[in-house]
Amino acid sequence: MSLLEVTNLGISFGGLRAVDEFNISIDKGQLYGLIGPNGAGKTTVFNMLTGIYKPTDGKIFLDGVDITGKRTADINKAGIARTFQNIRLFGDQSVLDNVKIGLHNSFEYSTATGIFRLPKYFATEKKMDERALEILSVFGLDKDADVLASNLPYGKQRQLEIARALATNPKLLLLDEPAAGMNPNETKDLMNTIALIRKEFDVTILLIEHDMKLVSGICEKLTVLNFGRVLSQGETSTVLNDPEVIKAYLGE
Amino acid sequence: MKKINKLALFANKSNQRLFTTISVIVVLYVLMTILDGTGNLSSLMKGLLVPVCAYSLVAVGLNLCVGYLGELSLGHAGFMCVGAFTSAFFSKAFVGVIPDVPRFILSLLIGTALAALFGFLIAIPVLRLSGDYLAIVTLAFGEIIKNVINVLYVGVDSKGVHFSMKDMMSLGMEPGGKIIINGAQGITGTPRQSTFTISVILLLLAIVITFNFVNSRTGRAVKAIRDNQIAAETVGLPITKYKLIAFTLSAAIAGVGGVLYAHNISSLTATTNTFGYNMSIMILVYVVLGGIGSFSGSIIAATILTLLPEMLRGLSNYRMLIYSVVLIMLMLFNWAPGILKWREAHGIKNFKSILKSKNTKEVQ
Repeated sequence: MSLLEVTNLGISFGGLRAVDEFNISIDKGQLYGLIGPNGAGKTTVFNMLTGIYKPTDGKIFLDGVDITGKRTADINKAGIARTFQNIRLFGDQSVLDNVKIGLHNSFEYSTATGIFRLPKYFATEKKMDERALEILSVFGLDKDADVLASNLPYGKQRQLEIARALATNPKLLLLDEPAAGMNPNETKDLMNTIALIRKEFDVTILLIEHDMKLVSGICEKLTVLNFGRVLSQGETSTVLNDPEVIKAYLGE
Repeated sequence: MKKINKLALFANKSNQRLFTTISVIVVLYVLMTILDGTGNLSSLMKGLLVPVCAYSLVAVGLNLCVGYLGELSLGHAGFMCVGAFTSAFFSKAFVGVIPDVPRFILSLLIGTALAALFGFLIAIPVLRLSGDYLAIVTLAFGEIIKNVINVLYVGVDSKGVHFSMKDMMSLGMEPGGKIIINGAQGITGTPRQSTFTISVILLLLAIVITFNFVNSRTGRAVKAIRDNQIAAETVGLPITKYKLIAFTLSAAIAGVGGVLYAHNISSLTATTNTFGYNMSIMILVYVVLGGIGSFSGSIIAATILTLLPEMLRGLSNYRMLIYSVVLIMLMLFNWAPGILKWREAHGIKNFKSILKSKNTKEVQ
C-alpha cells in the first residue's frame, strides 16, 4: 500500500481555482518530485498536505489514515514534516534549540517540571541534547550548535530546516525548493545529503524543485503541475521526455 | 562528548547571568537593610522599597508576555489590580480570624491564583488576536477591571456577605457590620504586611521561575511560536496551549506585584494612576527601557523610574518635565542606532549588544 494517497484534491481562493483534481500516490521509501512552472500550485499542494490550507475538495490519506482538513500540528504528529521555500527558522534561538523544538513531541516533561527543575528535567534535557546533536552531525552542523539560527549562512539555514523537520520523526518529508539559491557545488552536496537522510532516517521524500539536474539525478517519479492541474505523471525519464511537459515547462 | 561539555558550558553562561542578577539584588537588599538599620535611609526612600519590588515584579511578568510570547499587552495593571484587591479583600475580611502569617500567605496565594485565572480567561478570546488588536483589547480589559472595582460595594455582617454595585446604603448592612470594599474609596485598613524582605524574596522567586520557564521545553515552544508561528505548527506544537500557559504565568506574576502593593498601603483605590492605563503604560516603559526579553533590565528600569520622580520632588513644578527629558535620554541611549554605534566605538555596551557581538563572533 502507498504511504501517501491523494485523490481529487482541489482548492479555490474566491473565484480562483488554484489546484484542481490533484491525484498522487507515493510508495514508502520513494523519492518523488513535484515540478512545474511558477504559479502552477506546487506550494499550494504542500500547504494543503500540511493543513496550512484546508482543501475545498478531495481526500488525503497518510498510511491509510484520513488526514484531510486536520490541524497542522496534528498532521505533523501523524507523520508529515516540511521545509519552506522562504526559510522559516526560529531565528532568535540557537541551532541546537531549533532541533530540540523539533524533538518537542518525542521527549516530554511537564511545565512544572521545567519551572522547578526536577530531576526529570535534567535527564530529559540531556537526552534531547544528545539526540539533537546526533541529527545535527548528519548535516555537519554539530559544530554550530550554539550559534543563533539567524546568524547561520544561507546554505546551512536550509540544512538546519531539514534537520528540524527530521527531528519530528516524520514518515513523509516535504522539501519545498531545497536547492533554491544554491550554486552547483552546494546543490551537489544537497543531493548527497538527501540520499543520506533517506537512508539514515528511513523517510519518504516529496520535493518541489526547479533545478532539473537535481530532479533528474535523484527523483524516481515525477508529477508535473501546470495551471493547478496534473500535466504528466510517472517515471522520471518518461515524464521528462513527454512532449507536453517539454512544451509547457522545460522548453524545446 | 567534547561537544556536550561545550554545550554544558553554554548553558552555564545563561545560568551565570541569572546568578549575577540574583547576587546584585541580594547585595542591594543587604545594603538597604544596613542603611535602614543605622538610620541612614530617608523615610521617603524607605517608603519606596516595597513599591520598587512590586513594580519590578509586574514588569518581569509583562516582559514574559512581550519578550517571550511576543504579544503586546496593555492590560497588566489590570492583573496587578485583581491580585491587589482580591488579596486585600481576603486579608481585611479575616483580620483577627486567622493569625497574621498564614493569613498573608493565603492572601498571596489567592491574589496570585485569581490574577492567573483572570489572565487565563482573558487569554482565551484575546490570544486569537495579535499585534495592535491584542494591545487594544487588553487595554480595554484593564479599564473594565478598574471601573468595576470603583463601583463595587462589599460588606460582611453576622448574616453573611453583602454585595452591591449601586451604593453603600443598598448593602443593607446590620449596625456593626464591616464594610470591606467601599466603591471608589476602595479598601482601607489592609494590614501592612509587605515588608522589604518578603518583597525581595518574592522578586527573586519570580526571577528564578521565569528564567527556568523560558529555558525549559515549554519556554522553547513559546519562543518558537513567537519567532515563527507557521513553522511552529508544522513541527507539531499546539499553539493555543502554549500561548495560554505563557499569558497565564505572566498575569500571575503581575498579580504577585499587586499583592505586595496592596499590603503596603493603608488605602487601596483603583485610579488611573494606580491601576489604569497610565500604570499599564508605565510598566511597558520599564520593559522597553530595560530591554525586551531581559528580566534584569526590567528590574533596573522599574527601580530607576520609580525612584526618579521622588528624587526630583524638590524641583516641584519642573519635576515631570525633567523626568520626561531623562526618560527620552535613557531611551535614546539604549536604542538609538547612532548612539549604539558611538557606544560600540567607545566600548560601552549594554546587555543586548554584548549578546549580539558574542554570537556574530562565533559564526566567523
